[in-house]
Amino acid sequence: MPLPTPSQTVGPFYGYALPFPGGGEIAGAHRPDAITLHGLVYDGAGRPVPDALLETWQAHPDGSLTGRPGSLRRDPVTGGFAGRGTTDFTGFARVATDAAGHWEVRTLPPPPQRPYLSICVFARGLLHHLFTRAYLDPAPHDPLLAAVPAPRRPTLLTTREDDHTYRFDIRLQGEGETVFLDFGA
Amino acid sequence: MTAAPPVRPASPAPADPVEPEEPTQARISAEIAAAHRAAADPEEAAAGHPPRAFAPYRSSALRHPRQPLVAAGGDPEAVERGGPVFGVTDVTDLDADLTAQHLGEPIGERITVTGQVLDRAGRPVTGQLVEIWQANAAGRYAHRRDRHPAPLDPHFTGVGRCLTDAEGRYRFTTVRPGAYPWRNHTNAWRPAHIHFSLFGTAFAQRLVTQMYFPGDPLFPYDPILQSVTDPAARSRLVAAYDHDLSTPEWALGYRWDIVLDGPAATPPDPEDPR
Repeated sequence: MPLPTPSQTVGPFYGYALPFPGGGEIAGAHRPDAITLHGLVYDGAGRPVPDALLETWQAHPDGSLTGRPGSLRRDPVTGGFAGRGTTDFTGFARVATDAAGHWEVRTLPPPPQRPYLSICVFARGLLHHLFTRAYLDPAPHDPLLAAVPAPRRPTLLTTREDDHTYRFDIRLQGEGETVFLDFGA
Repeated sequence: MTAAPPVRPASPAPADPVEPEEPTQARISAEIAAAHRAAADPEEAAAGHPPRAFAPYRSSALRHPRQPLVAAGGDPEAVERGGPVFGVTDVTDLDADLTAQHLGEPIGERITVTGQVLDRAGRPVTGQLVEIWQANAAGRYAHRRDRHPAPLDPHFTGVGRCLTDAEGRYRFTTVRPGAYPWRNHTNAWRPAHIHFSLFGTAFAQRLVTQMYFPGDPLFPYDPILQSVTDPAARSRLVAAYDHDLSTPEWALGYRWDIVLDGPAATPPDPEDPR
């Protein structure tokens, strides 16, 4: 069996390569049921991280986990980005934090049986990406949450700000450090 | 949860912790050697991924968790056992040729970079997105925050994309990137490298890494490459020069296969309606 290729940091200069227009717009523009998930990324000194890259992945609201292509839909005439089709739910977002360390994605609510967005965090200074989950309205006995020591569990829960807006901050280190996940080999 | 703080912090953030003096290469090299000796668990080191806390790479100090990761691999229904998919709408034909994205030819040594993307079981990862980005031949990124005194090339951006073929192969035409200085320590230089971003069949297989060129004299000095503490694992980040891949009068060939860690996708349930 082949051995894995080691991870290396995304570095500081991914910005002209990985982010793309509409990277955080998973929900079509016409969807009245869309929600916004947003927050800040903090380092171990409590400062916002202005050069993190986040990717989110989730199940379709109907419960299925079959993503569709088209997140980076292109315009073959100009070579630029055409924007996503409004009917294709790809389940995937990619957003960079801004100068204040803030990020947001606009998506459809995940299904009750998988009530979370999986988030993969990349940053300069981070040699190997980190996975976490942002839970919206978890069932009382979610198996992963149950496996997390109670005092740390709130770091995986979003805060509902209004009917369509959820807050999820990520703390890479220190007080209130976010729970990060290992999916094994 | 306690009330979330406002999105825009009111007070300025504290400054970076400042070392009394900018570290020398000798000090960083000594720290690298110590970290390699201290890589306590040879089995873990052999798996290859760098520890997230690697002191010689100064930026890692405040950006790694101190708590252990929580094991989450047991649930076959986890969304991370599926992953985003990409297709013909997500790439254009010119994306894989980084020398053909502008009106003129970029300056530099033209190269072909190709290889196969495999999972831990050795199965090819087909139809998946591969993204690369790199500095130009002079070692300068087309990024406004890269201000070091090397020329930008109006004919080179340094971004490429392709989908892997039915055998999991990717292929790019580009120019060999230059080494460049950075501010980890005095006289710090990154060995030439190409950044790679890869997706498997499962989100849990996600990989961002860097490909290096064989025989680069900067290898031992670089805390990012050396963060991979196992020498055999480090060698898996270095492409091989492949003369059969070189094209007469045109380009030199480098071959680099990539193995994605993590569990592959849970096979679809035949009862699943979609």
